[in-house]
Amino acid sequence: MSAIGAVAGAAATLAPRARLFPSLAAVYRAQLSRARVARIPLLFVATFQSIGIMVLMRGVVDGGSEARAVVAGSSVLVVAFVALNLLAQYFGQLRAGGGLDHYATLPVPPAAVVLGAAGAYASFTVPGTVVTAVTGSVLFGLPMVHLWVLVAVVPLSGAALSGLGAALGLLAPRQEIATLLGQLGMSAALLLGVLPADRLPEPIGWARDLLPSTYGVEALSRSFDAHPDWAVVALDLAVCAVVGVASLAVATWAYRRAAVR
Amino acid sequence: MCAVRDLVKTYPPARGRRGTPATPEVRATDGISLDVRRGEIFGLLGPNGAGKSTLVRQLTGLMRPDSGSVDILGHDLVRHPERASRLIGYLGQESTALDELTVALAAETTGRLRGLPVREARAERDAVLDELGLTEIAGRPLKKLSGGQRRLACVAAALVGERPVLVLDEPTTGMDPVARRAVWAAVDRRRAERGATVLLVTHNVIEAETVLDRVAVIERGKVIACDTPAGLKERVAGEVRVELVWRERAPLEIPEVAALRASAQESGRRWALRLAPDEARAAVAAVTGGAAFAALDDFSLATPSLEDVYLALGGGATKGLVKA
Repeated sequence: MSAIGAVAGAAATLAPRARLFPSLAAVYRAQLSRARVARIPLLFVATFQSIGIMVLMRGVVDGGSEARAVVAGSSVLVVAFVALNLLAQYFGQLRAGGGLDHYATLPVPPAAVVLGAAGAYASFTVPGTVVTAVTGSVLFGLPMVHLWVLVAVVPLSGAALSGLGAALGLLAPRQEIATLLGQLGMSAALLLGVLPADRLPEPIGWARDLLPSTYGVEALSRSFDAHPDWAVVALDLAVCAVVGVASLAVATWAYRRAAVR
Repeated sequence: MCAVRDLVKTYPPARGRRGTPATPEVRATDGISLDVRRGEIFGLLGPNGAGKSTLVRQLTGLMRPDSGSVDILGHDLVRHPERASRLIGYLGQESTALDELTVALAAETTGRLRGLPVREARAERDAVLDELGLTEIAGRPLKKLSGGQRRLACVAAALVGERPVLVLDEPTTGMDPVARRAVWAAVDRRRAERGATVLLVTHNVIEAETVLDRVAVIERGKVIACDTPAGLKERVAGEVRVELVWRERAPLEIPEVAALRASAQESGRRWALRLAPDEARAAVAAVTGGAAFAALDDFSLATPSLEDVYLALGGGATKGLVKA
Protein backbone atom coordinates (compact mmCIF):
# COMPACT_ATOMS: atom_id res chain seq x y z
CA MET A 1 0.00 0.00 0.00
CA SER A 2 1.32 3.45 -0.87
CA ALA A 3 2.00 6.26 1.56
CA ILE A 4 -1.21 8.10 0.65
CA GLY A 5 -3.25 4.96 1.00
CA ALA A 6 -1.68 4.25 4.39
CA VAL A 7 -2.49 7.75 5.64
CA ALA A 8 -6.04 7.49 4.39
CA GLY A 9 -6.18 4.22 6.32
CA ALA A 10 -9.72 3.00 5.81
CA ALA A 11 -10.93 1.53 2.56
CA ALA A 12 -12.36 3.88 -0.05
CA THR A 13 -16.12 4.28 -0.13
CA LEU A 14 -17.75 2.28 -2.85
CA ALA A 15 -19.89 3.97 -5.47
CA PRO A 16 -23.56 3.06 -5.07
CA ARG A 17 -24.98 0.01 -6.81
CA ALA A 18 -27.41 0.55 -9.65
CA ARG A 19 -30.87 -0.27 -8.30
CA LEU A 20 -32.96 -2.99 -9.91
CA PHE A 21 -35.80 -1.02 -11.48
CA PRO A 22 -33.90 1.98 -12.83
CA SER A 23 -31.27 -0.28 -14.38
CA LEU A 24 -33.95 -2.62 -15.70
CA ALA A 25 -35.58 0.39 -17.33
CA ALA A 26 -32.25 1.51 -18.80
CA VAL A 27 -31.50 -1.95 -20.25
CA TYR A 28 -35.07 -2.23 -21.56
CA ARG A 29 -34.87 1.13 -23.29
CA ALA A 30 -31.47 0.37 -24.81
CA GLN A 31 -32.64 -3.03 -26.04
CA LEU A 32 -35.79 -1.57 -27.52
CA SER A 33 -33.74 0.97 -29.47
CA ARG A 34 -31.51 -1.87 -30.68
CA ALA A 35 -34.56 -3.77 -31.77
CA ARG A 36 -35.81 -0.77 -33.70
CA VAL A 37 -32.67 -0.78 -35.84
CA ALA A 38 -31.90 -4.45 -36.10
CA ARG A 39 -35.06 -6.43 -35.54
CA ILE A 40 -37.84 -4.85 -37.57
CA PRO A 41 -37.08 -6.92 -40.70
CA LEU A 42 -37.08 -10.07 -38.59
CA LEU A 43 -40.39 -9.11 -37.05
CA PHE A 44 -41.88 -8.88 -40.53
CA VAL A 45 -40.48 -12.32 -41.27
CA ALA A 46 -42.03 -13.68 -38.06
CA THR A 47 -45.44 -12.20 -38.87
CA PHE A 48 -45.49 -13.28 -42.50
CA GLN A 49 -44.35 -16.75 -41.51
CA SER A 50 -47.30 -17.08 -39.16
CA ILE A 51 -49.77 -15.64 -41.65
CA GLY A 52 -48.37 -17.96 -44.32
CA ILE A 53 -48.89 -20.98 -42.09
CA MET A 54 -52.51 -19.95 -41.47
CA VAL A 55 -53.14 -19.52 -45.20
CA LEU A 56 -51.71 -23.01 -45.81
CA MET A 57 -53.80 -24.54 -43.04
CA ARG A 58 -56.91 -22.79 -44.39
CA GLY A 59 -56.96 -25.37 -47.15
CA VAL A 60 -56.86 -28.28 -44.65
CA VAL A 61 -58.87 -27.02 -41.71
CA ASP A 62 -62.47 -25.87 -42.03
CA GLY A 63 -63.28 -24.43 -38.66
CA GLY A 64 -64.17 -25.45 -35.15
CA SER A 65 -61.56 -26.31 -32.55
CA GLU A 66 -58.88 -27.01 -35.17
CA ALA A 67 -59.17 -23.54 -36.65
CA ARG A 68 -58.84 -22.05 -33.18
CA ALA A 69 -55.72 -24.09 -32.53
CA VAL A 70 -54.19 -22.94 -35.81
CA VAL A 71 -54.88 -19.24 -35.18
CA ALA A 72 -53.77 -19.39 -31.53
CA GLY A 73 -50.68 -21.44 -32.39
CA SER A 74 -49.65 -19.09 -35.20
CA SER A 75 -50.09 -16.04 -32.98
CA VAL A 76 -47.97 -17.45 -30.16
CA LEU A 77 -45.43 -18.58 -32.76
CA VAL A 78 -44.56 -14.91 -33.33
CA VAL A 79 -43.70 -14.69 -29.62
CA ALA A 80 -41.63 -17.87 -29.83
CA PHE A 81 -39.74 -16.61 -32.88
CA VAL A 82 -38.66 -13.35 -31.29
CA ALA A 83 -38.54 -14.13 -27.57
CA LEU A 84 -37.10 -17.61 -27.73
CA ASN A 85 -35.15 -17.85 -30.96
CA LEU A 86 -33.80 -14.32 -31.33
CA LEU A 87 -33.07 -13.87 -27.63
CA ALA A 88 -31.17 -17.17 -27.46
CA GLN A 89 -29.13 -15.97 -30.45
CA TYR A 90 -28.55 -12.57 -28.87
CA PHE A 91 -27.28 -13.89 -25.56
CA GLY A 92 -25.21 -16.56 -27.31
CA GLN A 93 -23.61 -13.88 -29.44
CA LEU A 94 -23.10 -11.54 -26.48
CA ARG A 95 -21.40 -14.27 -24.51
CA ALA A 96 -19.18 -15.39 -27.38
CA GLY A 97 -18.20 -11.83 -28.32
CA GLY A 98 -17.16 -10.82 -24.81
CA GLY A 99 -20.12 -8.44 -24.57
CA LEU A 100 -21.11 -9.79 -21.17
CA ASP A 101 -17.94 -8.20 -19.75
CA HIS A 102 -19.51 -4.82 -20.30
CA TYR A 103 -22.43 -5.61 -18.00
CA ALA A 104 -20.31 -7.64 -15.59
CA THR A 105 -18.06 -4.67 -14.88
CA LEU A 106 -21.02 -2.42 -14.04
CA PRO A 107 -22.70 -2.56 -10.62
CA VAL A 108 -25.97 -3.73 -12.11
CA PRO A 109 -28.10 -6.59 -10.74
CA PRO A 110 -27.98 -9.60 -13.12
CA ALA A 111 -31.76 -9.78 -13.02
CA ALA A 112 -31.97 -6.26 -14.50
CA VAL A 113 -29.92 -7.28 -17.56
CA VAL A 114 -31.85 -10.50 -18.17
CA LEU A 115 -35.30 -9.05 -17.47
CA GLY A 116 -34.59 -5.87 -19.42
CA ALA A 117 -33.52 -7.80 -22.51
CA ALA A 118 -36.28 -10.38 -22.15
CA GLY A 119 -38.89 -7.67 -21.63
CA ALA A 120 -37.75 -5.73 -24.67
CA TYR A 121 -37.83 -8.80 -26.91
CA ALA A 122 -41.24 -9.80 -25.53
CA SER A 123 -42.72 -6.33 -26.10
CA PHE A 124 -41.39 -6.33 -29.58
CA THR A 125 -43.63 -9.28 -30.42
CA VAL A 126 -46.83 -7.35 -29.60
CA PRO A 127 -47.61 -5.85 -33.03
CA GLY A 128 -46.84 -9.09 -34.87
CA THR A 129 -48.96 -11.17 -32.51
CA VAL A 130 -51.92 -8.80 -32.77
CA VAL A 131 -51.73 -8.64 -36.57
CA THR A 132 -51.51 -12.43 -36.77
CA ALA A 133 -54.42 -13.01 -34.37
CA VAL A 134 -56.68 -10.52 -36.16
CA THR A 135 -55.76 -11.83 -39.63
CA GLY A 136 -56.36 -15.38 -38.46
CA SER A 137 -59.73 -14.54 -36.95
CA VAL A 138 -60.82 -12.95 -40.21
CA LEU A 139 -59.44 -15.82 -42.28
CA PHE A 140 -61.18 -18.53 -40.28
CA GLY A 141 -64.24 -16.48 -39.30
CA LEU A 142 -63.55 -16.62 -35.56
CA PRO A 143 -65.05 -14.11 -33.10
CA MET A 144 -62.71 -11.30 -32.08
CA VAL A 145 -64.58 -10.17 -28.95
CA HIS A 146 -62.22 -11.86 -26.54
CA LEU A 147 -58.96 -11.06 -28.32
CA TRP A 148 -58.20 -8.64 -25.46
CA VAL A 149 -56.92 -11.74 -23.70
CA LEU A 150 -53.74 -11.15 -25.74
CA VAL A 151 -52.95 -8.47 -23.16
CA ALA A 152 -52.21 -11.32 -20.75
CA VAL A 153 -51.12 -13.99 -23.24
CA VAL A 154 -48.30 -11.99 -24.85
CA PRO A 155 -46.49 -10.88 -21.68
CA LEU A 156 -46.93 -14.20 -19.87
CA SER A 157 -45.95 -16.51 -22.69
CA GLY A 158 -43.36 -13.87 -23.58
CA ALA A 159 -41.89 -14.18 -20.09
CA ALA A 160 -41.83 -17.97 -20.26
CA LEU A 161 -40.33 -18.14 -23.75
CA SER A 162 -37.83 -15.31 -23.35
CA GLY A 163 -36.66 -16.77 -20.05
CA LEU A 164 -36.14 -20.05 -21.84
CA GLY A 165 -34.42 -18.32 -24.75
CA ALA A 166 -32.09 -16.34 -22.48
CA ALA A 167 -31.22 -19.43 -20.45
CA LEU A 168 -30.47 -21.44 -23.62
CA GLY A 169 -28.33 -18.65 -25.03
CA LEU A 170 -26.35 -18.23 -21.82
CA LEU A 171 -25.91 -21.91 -21.04
CA ALA A 172 -24.95 -23.10 -24.53
CA PRO A 173 -21.21 -23.76 -24.62
CA ARG A 174 -20.85 -22.17 -28.03
CA GLN A 175 -22.61 -19.50 -30.04
CA GLU A 176 -23.59 -21.91 -32.82
CA ILE A 177 -25.22 -24.19 -30.31
CA ALA A 178 -27.17 -21.28 -28.82
CA THR A 179 -28.48 -20.46 -32.30
CA LEU A 180 -29.33 -24.10 -32.93
CA LEU A 181 -31.20 -24.47 -29.63
CA GLY A 182 -33.16 -21.30 -30.33
CA GLN A 183 -34.13 -22.60 -33.77
CA LEU A 184 -35.13 -25.98 -32.37
CA GLY A 185 -37.21 -24.36 -29.65
CA MET A 186 -39.02 -22.31 -32.24
CA SER A 187 -39.60 -25.34 -34.49
CA ALA A 188 -41.07 -27.16 -31.51
CA ALA A 189 -43.36 -24.22 -30.78
CA LEU A 190 -44.38 -24.23 -34.44
CA LEU A 191 -45.16 -27.93 -34.79
CA LEU A 192 -46.60 -28.54 -31.35
CA GLY A 193 -48.51 -25.29 -31.18
CA VAL A 194 -50.06 -25.07 -34.64
CA LEU A 195 -50.95 -28.74 -35.26
CA PRO A 196 -54.22 -29.64 -33.50
CA ALA A 197 -53.48 -31.54 -30.27
CA ASP A 198 -55.87 -34.49 -30.70
CA ARG A 199 -54.16 -35.60 -33.91
CA LEU A 200 -50.72 -35.93 -32.35
CA PRO A 201 -49.30 -39.30 -31.26
CA GLU A 202 -49.14 -39.71 -27.48
CA PRO A 203 -45.39 -39.15 -26.81
CA ILE A 204 -45.46 -35.97 -28.90
CA GLY A 205 -48.51 -34.93 -26.89
CA TRP A 206 -46.38 -35.15 -23.75
CA ALA A 207 -43.71 -33.02 -25.36
CA ARG A 208 -46.46 -30.56 -26.18
CA ASP A 209 -47.46 -30.44 -22.51
CA LEU A 210 -43.85 -29.70 -21.55
CA LEU A 211 -43.49 -26.72 -23.85
CA PRO A 212 -44.43 -23.46 -22.08
CA SER A 213 -45.84 -21.88 -25.24
CA THR A 214 -48.53 -24.58 -25.30
CA TYR A 215 -50.31 -22.96 -22.36
CA GLY A 216 -50.34 -19.59 -24.07
CA VAL A 217 -51.77 -21.26 -27.18
CA GLU A 218 -54.43 -23.06 -25.13
CA ALA A 219 -55.46 -19.89 -23.32
CA LEU A 220 -55.80 -17.96 -26.57
CA SER A 221 -57.60 -20.76 -28.34
CA ARG A 222 -60.17 -21.08 -25.50
CA SER A 223 -60.93 -17.39 -25.74
CA PHE A 224 -62.41 -17.93 -29.21
CA ASP A 225 -65.39 -19.71 -27.56
CA ALA A 226 -68.61 -17.76 -27.37
CA HIS A 227 -68.56 -18.23 -23.57
CA PRO A 228 -64.97 -19.02 -22.64
CA ASP A 229 -64.24 -20.92 -19.44
CA TRP A 230 -62.20 -18.15 -17.84
CA ALA A 231 -61.07 -20.32 -14.94
CA VAL A 232 -59.26 -22.69 -17.32
CA VAL A 233 -57.85 -19.75 -19.28
CA ALA A 234 -56.53 -18.30 -16.02
CA LEU A 235 -55.01 -21.65 -15.09
CA ASP A 236 -53.22 -21.87 -18.44
CA LEU A 237 -51.87 -18.38 -18.00
CA ALA A 238 -50.81 -19.19 -14.44
CA VAL A 239 -48.69 -22.05 -15.83
CA CYS A 240 -47.07 -19.56 -18.22
CA ALA A 241 -46.39 -17.21 -15.33
CA VAL A 242 -44.84 -19.91 -13.16
CA VAL A 243 -42.66 -21.16 -16.02
CA GLY A 244 -41.76 -17.54 -16.76
CA VAL A 245 -40.60 -16.88 -13.21
CA ALA A 246 -38.67 -20.16 -13.08
CA SER A 247 -36.99 -19.77 -16.48
CA LEU A 248 -36.07 -16.15 -15.83
CA ALA A 249 -34.54 -17.21 -12.53
CA VAL A 250 -32.53 -19.89 -14.33
CA ALA A 251 -31.50 -17.33 -16.95
CA THR A 252 -30.34 -14.94 -14.23
CA TRP A 253 -28.31 -17.70 -12.64
CA ALA A 254 -26.87 -18.61 -16.05
CA TYR A 255 -25.95 -14.97 -16.64
CA ARG A 256 -24.08 -14.78 -13.33
CA ARG A 257 -22.26 -17.98 -14.20
CA ALA A 258 -21.37 -16.80 -17.70
CA ALA A 259 -20.25 -13.33 -16.60
CA VAL A 260 -17.56 -14.40 -14.14
CA ARG A 261 -15.31 -17.14 -15.40
CA MET B 1 -3.42 1.95 -3.21
CA CYS B 2 -3.55 -0.79 -5.78
CA ALA B 3 -1.49 -3.74 -4.68
CA VAL B 4 -1.26 -7.01 -6.57
CA ARG B 5 0.61 -9.91 -5.00
CA ASP B 6 1.72 -13.19 -6.58
CA LEU B 7 -1.20 -13.39 -8.96
CA VAL B 8 -1.38 -16.73 -10.74
CA LYS B 9 -3.87 -17.83 -13.35
CA THR B 10 -3.45 -21.00 -15.36
CA TYR B 11 -5.57 -21.89 -18.37
CA PRO B 12 -6.13 -25.62 -18.52
CA PRO B 13 -4.85 -27.51 -21.55
CA ALA B 14 -7.38 -27.78 -24.36
CA ARG B 15 -7.91 -31.00 -26.25
CA GLY B 16 -7.63 -30.67 -29.99
CA ARG B 17 -10.81 -30.77 -32.03
CA ARG B 18 -11.27 -30.90 -35.72
CA GLY B 19 -9.66 -27.76 -37.11
CA THR B 20 -8.26 -26.63 -33.75
CA PRO B 21 -4.99 -28.13 -32.54
CA ALA B 22 -4.56 -29.07 -28.89
CA THR B 23 -2.97 -26.41 -26.69
CA PRO B 24 -0.86 -27.14 -23.62
CA GLU B 25 -1.53 -25.64 -20.20
CA VAL B 26 -0.74 -21.91 -20.18
CA ARG B 27 0.26 -19.83 -17.17
CA ALA B 28 -1.26 -16.56 -18.34
CA THR B 29 -0.22 -14.71 -15.19
CA ASP B 30 2.70 -16.32 -13.47
CA GLY B 31 3.22 -14.77 -10.05
CA ILE B 32 2.63 -11.11 -10.90
CA SER B 33 3.17 -8.47 -8.18
CA LEU B 34 2.58 -4.76 -8.76
CA ASP B 35 2.08 -1.58 -6.76
CA VAL B 36 0.24 1.28 -8.40
CA ARG B 37 0.20 4.61 -6.58
CA ARG B 38 -2.79 6.88 -6.26
CA GLY B 39 -3.10 9.40 -9.08
CA GLU B 40 -0.65 7.56 -11.27
CA ILE B 41 -0.97 6.63 -14.93
CA PHE B 42 0.46 3.16 -14.83
CA GLY B 43 1.04 1.11 -17.94
CA LEU B 44 1.22 -2.57 -18.71
CA LEU B 45 3.38 -3.02 -21.79
CA GLY B 46 3.99 -6.26 -23.57
CA PRO B 47 3.45 -8.13 -26.81
CA ASN B 48 0.18 -9.83 -27.79
CA GLY B 49 -0.49 -12.83 -25.63
CA ALA B 50 1.84 -11.71 -22.83
CA GLY B 51 -0.95 -11.96 -20.26
CA LYS B 52 -1.87 -8.27 -19.96
CA SER B 53 -5.58 -8.71 -20.57
CA THR B 54 -5.75 -11.76 -18.29
CA LEU B 55 -4.16 -9.67 -15.55
CA VAL B 56 -6.63 -6.85 -16.12
CA ARG B 57 -9.57 -9.25 -16.06
CA GLN B 58 -8.46 -10.45 -12.65
CA LEU B 59 -8.17 -6.87 -11.39
CA THR B 60 -11.68 -6.04 -12.55
CA GLY B 61 -13.30 -9.07 -10.97
CA LEU B 62 -14.08 -10.71 -14.33
CA MET B 63 -11.81 -13.64 -13.62
CA ARG B 64 -10.83 -15.34 -10.41
CA PRO B 65 -7.11 -15.89 -9.96
CA ASP B 66 -5.94 -19.36 -8.94
CA SER B 67 -3.94 -17.74 -6.15
CA GLY B 68 -2.63 -14.34 -5.08
CA SER B 69 -4.28 -11.16 -3.88
CA VAL B 70 -5.63 -7.94 -5.37
CA ASP B 71 -6.15 -4.97 -3.08
CA ILE B 72 -7.62 -1.81 -4.57
CA LEU B 73 -8.19 1.22 -2.32
CA GLY B 74 -8.39 -1.06 0.70
CA HIS B 75 -10.77 -3.61 -0.82
CA ASP B 76 -9.85 -7.24 -1.29
CA LEU B 77 -11.11 -7.92 -4.81
CA VAL B 78 -10.29 -11.62 -4.84
CA ARG B 79 -12.66 -12.19 -1.96
CA HIS B 80 -15.19 -9.55 -3.09
CA PRO B 81 -14.99 -9.39 -6.90
CA GLU B 82 -18.43 -7.72 -7.01
CA ARG B 83 -16.92 -4.57 -5.47
CA ALA B 84 -14.70 -4.03 -8.52
CA SER B 85 -17.55 -2.50 -10.52
CA ARG B 86 -18.11 0.09 -7.77
CA LEU B 87 -14.45 1.15 -7.71
CA ILE B 88 -13.28 0.75 -11.28
CA GLY B 89 -14.37 2.16 -14.62
CA TYR B 90 -13.39 -0.50 -17.14
CA LEU B 91 -12.91 -0.29 -20.87
CA GLY B 92 -12.59 -3.76 -22.37
CA GLN B 93 -11.47 -4.66 -25.86
CA GLU B 94 -14.92 -5.63 -27.13
CA SER B 95 -17.84 -3.37 -27.96
CA THR B 96 -20.41 -6.12 -28.69
CA ALA B 97 -22.79 -4.99 -25.96
CA LEU B 98 -22.96 -1.43 -27.30
CA ASP B 99 -22.63 -1.96 -31.05
CA GLU B 100 -26.26 -1.45 -31.99
CA LEU B 101 -26.87 1.55 -29.71
CA THR B 102 -26.33 5.13 -30.71
CA VAL B 103 -23.28 6.84 -29.23
CA ALA B 104 -25.46 8.94 -26.92
CA LEU B 105 -27.56 6.03 -25.71
CA ALA B 106 -24.49 3.84 -25.15
CA ALA B 107 -22.99 6.50 -22.89
CA GLU B 108 -26.24 7.26 -21.11
CA THR B 109 -27.17 3.62 -20.51
CA THR B 110 -23.71 2.80 -19.21
CA GLY B 111 -23.96 5.77 -16.84
CA ARG B 112 -27.33 4.62 -15.56
CA LEU B 113 -26.02 1.10 -15.06
CA ARG B 114 -23.18 2.66 -13.03
CA GLY B 115 -25.90 3.85 -10.68
CA LEU B 116 -26.50 7.41 -11.91
CA PRO B 117 -30.04 8.82 -11.86
CA VAL B 118 -31.44 9.66 -15.33
CA ARG B 119 -30.82 13.40 -15.07
CA GLU B 120 -27.19 13.02 -13.97
CA ALA B 121 -26.52 10.30 -16.51
CA ARG B 122 -27.71 12.63 -19.28
CA ALA B 123 -25.70 15.58 -18.01
CA GLU B 124 -22.54 13.47 -17.77
CA ARG B 125 -23.22 11.95 -21.17
CA ASP B 126 -23.39 15.41 -22.75
CA ALA B 127 -20.25 16.55 -20.96
CA VAL B 128 -18.21 13.49 -21.94
CA LEU B 129 -19.39 13.48 -25.57
CA ASP B 130 -18.44 17.14 -25.80
CA GLU B 131 -15.07 16.50 -24.15
CA LEU B 132 -14.21 13.77 -26.64
CA GLY B 133 -15.60 15.60 -29.66
CA LEU B 134 -18.37 13.06 -30.26
CA THR B 135 -21.35 15.41 -30.13
CA GLU B 136 -21.75 15.50 -33.90
CA ILE B 137 -22.04 11.73 -34.23
CA ALA B 138 -24.03 11.26 -31.00
CA GLY B 139 -27.09 10.06 -32.91
CA ARG B 140 -25.35 7.39 -34.96
CA PRO B 141 -25.19 3.72 -33.99
CA LEU B 142 -21.72 2.46 -33.04
CA LYS B 143 -21.96 -0.23 -35.71
CA LYS B 144 -22.01 2.39 -38.46
CA LEU B 145 -18.89 4.18 -37.24
CA SER B 146 -15.26 3.63 -38.23
CA GLY B 147 -13.12 1.53 -35.89
CA GLY B 148 -11.45 4.53 -34.27
CA GLN B 149 -14.70 6.42 -33.73
CA ARG B 150 -16.34 3.31 -32.27
CA ARG B 151 -13.44 2.92 -29.87
CA LEU B 152 -13.79 6.57 -28.89
CA ALA B 153 -17.49 6.05 -28.18
CA CYS B 154 -16.58 3.10 -25.93
CA VAL B 155 -14.11 5.35 -24.09
CA ALA B 156 -16.94 7.84 -23.60
CA ALA B 157 -19.13 5.10 -22.12
CA ALA B 158 -16.30 4.07 -19.78
CA LEU B 159 -15.90 7.64 -18.52
CA VAL B 160 -19.58 8.35 -17.71
CA GLY B 161 -20.12 7.81 -13.98
CA GLU B 162 -17.03 8.74 -12.02
CA ARG B 163 -14.76 6.06 -10.58
CA PRO B 164 -11.54 6.52 -8.55
CA VAL B 165 -9.75 3.92 -10.71
CA LEU B 166 -9.86 3.59 -14.49
CA VAL B 167 -8.70 0.40 -16.18
CA LEU B 168 -8.37 0.89 -19.92
CA ASP B 169 -7.44 -2.01 -22.16
CA GLU B 170 -5.84 -0.56 -25.29
CA PRO B 171 -8.08 2.51 -25.38
CA THR B 172 -6.66 4.18 -28.48
CA THR B 173 -6.57 1.22 -30.88
CA GLY B 174 -7.39 2.39 -34.39
CA MET B 175 -7.75 6.07 -33.47
CA ASP B 176 -6.43 9.00 -35.44
CA PRO B 177 -4.06 11.44 -33.67
CA VAL B 178 -6.84 13.92 -32.88
CA ALA B 179 -8.93 11.26 -31.15
CA ARG B 180 -5.90 9.94 -29.29
CA ARG B 181 -5.10 13.37 -27.98
CA ALA B 182 -8.70 13.83 -26.85
CA VAL B 183 -8.53 10.54 -24.94
CA TRP B 184 -5.26 11.41 -23.21
CA ALA B 185 -6.52 14.88 -22.33
CA ALA B 186 -9.69 13.39 -20.83
CA VAL B 187 -7.74 10.79 -18.86
CA ASP B 188 -5.27 13.37 -17.63
CA ARG B 189 -8.08 15.71 -16.55
CA ARG B 190 -9.58 12.99 -14.39
CA ARG B 191 -6.22 12.39 -12.79
CA ALA B 192 -5.44 16.08 -12.23
CA GLU B 193 -8.87 17.24 -11.08
CA ARG B 194 -10.21 14.20 -9.30
CA GLY B 195 -7.11 12.24 -8.37
CA ALA B 196 -8.12 9.25 -10.47
CA THR B 197 -5.66 6.40 -10.86
CA VAL B 198 -5.32 4.97 -14.34
CA LEU B 199 -4.14 1.52 -15.28
CA LEU B 200 -3.50 1.24 -18.96
CA VAL B 201 -2.83 -1.73 -21.17
CA THR B 202 -0.89 -0.97 -24.30
CA HIS B 203 1.39 -2.58 -26.78
CA ASN B 204 2.27 0.73 -28.32
CA VAL B 205 5.75 1.81 -27.19
CA ILE B 206 5.55 5.39 -28.41
CA GLU B 207 2.32 5.94 -26.52
CA ALA B 208 3.82 4.29 -23.45
CA GLU B 209 6.74 6.74 -23.49
CA THR B 210 4.59 9.82 -23.75
CA VAL B 211 1.66 9.21 -21.41
CA LEU B 212 2.77 6.81 -18.68
CA ASP B 213 4.19 7.72 -15.28
CA ARG B 214 5.42 4.21 -14.73
CA VAL B 215 5.34 1.09 -16.77
CA ALA B 216 5.54 -2.63 -16.08
CA VAL B 217 6.90 -4.71 -18.93
CA ILE B 218 5.13 -8.04 -19.05
CA GLU B 219 6.18 -11.10 -20.90
CA ARG B 220 4.86 -14.64 -20.70
CA GLY B 221 2.87 -13.84 -17.59
CA LYS B 222 5.73 -12.29 -15.64
CA VAL B 223 6.77 -8.71 -14.87
CA ILE B 224 10.25 -8.49 -16.37
CA ALA B 225 10.78 -4.80 -15.45
CA CYS B 226 8.91 -2.00 -13.72
CA ASP B 227 10.05 1.63 -13.67
CA THR B 228 9.39 5.06 -15.19
CA PRO B 229 9.88 5.15 -18.98
CA ALA B 230 13.01 7.28 -18.43
CA GLY B 231 14.28 4.89 -15.75
CA LEU B 232 13.81 1.96 -18.06
CA LYS B 233 15.59 3.73 -20.85
CA GLU B 234 18.58 4.43 -18.58
CA ARG B 235 19.21 0.72 -18.52
CA VAL B 236 20.27 0.94 -22.11
CA ALA B 237 21.58 4.51 -21.91
CA GLY B 238 25.03 3.36 -23.00
CA GLU B 239 23.65 2.32 -26.34
CA VAL B 240 22.71 4.05 -29.54
CA ARG B 241 20.19 2.89 -32.05
CA VAL B 242 21.42 2.84 -35.64
CA GLU B 243 18.98 2.32 -38.47
CA LEU B 244 20.20 1.61 -41.98
CA VAL B 245 18.03 1.44 -45.07
CA TRP B 246 19.62 -0.07 -48.17
CA ARG B 247 18.58 0.87 -51.68
CA GLU B 248 17.99 -2.65 -52.90
CA ARG B 249 19.94 -5.04 -50.73
CA ALA B 250 22.82 -4.91 -48.27
CA PRO B 251 26.24 -5.01 -49.99
CA LEU B 252 27.43 -8.06 -48.10
CA GLU B 253 30.52 -8.34 -50.25
CA ILE B 254 31.95 -5.41 -48.24
CA PRO B 255 33.53 -6.91 -45.11
CA GLU B 256 32.47 -4.06 -42.73
CA VAL B 257 28.84 -4.49 -43.75
CA ALA B 258 29.04 -8.27 -43.47
CA ALA B 259 30.43 -7.83 -39.95
CA LEU B 260 27.53 -5.56 -38.92
CA ARG B 261 25.01 -8.09 -40.08
CA ALA B 262 25.63 -10.29 -37.05
CA SER B 263 24.23 -7.67 -34.66
CA ALA B 264 21.49 -6.32 -36.93
CA GLN B 265 17.77 -6.98 -36.77
CA GLU B 266 16.78 -7.27 -40.40
CA SER B 267 13.41 -6.52 -41.90
CA GLY B 268 13.63 -6.35 -45.65
CA ARG B 269 15.92 -3.50 -46.71
CA ARG B 270 15.93 -2.16 -43.17
CA TRP B 271 18.53 -2.97 -40.54
CA ALA B 272 18.28 -1.93 -36.90
CA LEU B 273 21.32 -2.13 -34.61
CA ARG B 274 21.89 -1.36 -30.95
CA LEU B 275 25.52 -0.42 -30.48
CA ALA B 276 27.86 1.20 -28.00
CA PRO B 277 28.57 4.86 -29.03
CA ASP B 278 32.04 4.22 -30.46
CA GLU B 279 30.85 1.14 -32.31
CA ALA B 280 28.01 3.18 -33.72
CA ARG B 281 30.41 5.86 -34.89
CA ALA B 282 32.57 3.25 -36.58
CA ALA B 283 29.55 1.63 -38.20
CA VAL B 284 28.28 4.95 -39.54
CA ALA B 285 31.74 5.78 -40.84
CA ALA B 286 31.93 2.40 -42.55
CA VAL B 287 28.60 2.67 -44.34
CA THR B 288 28.80 6.35 -45.24
CA GLY B 289 32.27 6.15 -46.71
CA GLY B 290 33.42 4.08 -49.61
CA ALA B 291 31.50 1.50 -51.61
CA ALA B 292 28.79 0.85 -49.03
CA PHE B 293 27.48 4.42 -49.36
CA ALA B 294 26.34 3.76 -52.93
CA ALA B 295 24.06 1.00 -51.68
CA LEU B 296 22.73 3.04 -48.73
CA ASP B 297 19.37 4.74 -49.08
CA ASP B 298 19.02 6.29 -45.63
CA PHE B 299 20.39 6.02 -42.12
CA SER B 300 19.59 7.38 -38.69
CA LEU B 301 21.08 7.51 -35.21
CA ALA B 302 18.85 7.79 -32.18
CA THR B 303 18.83 7.44 -28.43
CA PRO B 304 17.13 4.21 -27.40
CA SER B 305 13.35 3.95 -27.10
CA LEU B 306 11.27 1.72 -24.87
CA GLU B 307 11.34 -0.79 -27.67
CA ASP B 308 15.11 -1.09 -27.29
CA VAL B 309 14.65 -1.49 -23.55
CA TYR B 310 12.22 -4.23 -24.24
CA LEU B 311 14.68 -5.94 -26.58
CA ALA B 312 17.51 -5.51 -24.08
CA LEU B 313 15.37 -7.11 -21.37
CA GLY B 314 15.31 -10.21 -23.49
CA GLY B 315 11.80 -9.83 -24.85
CA GLY B 316 11.86 -12.21 -27.77
CA ALA B 317 8.40 -11.66 -29.16
CA THR B 318 8.92 -8.18 -30.60
CA LYS B 319 6.39 -8.71 -33.32
CA GLY B 320 3.59 -7.86 -30.89
CA LEU B 321 4.90 -4.39 -30.18
CA VAL B 322 3.60 -1.55 -32.26
CA LYS B 323 5.50 1.57 -33.16
CA ALA B 324 3.05 4.24 -34.20
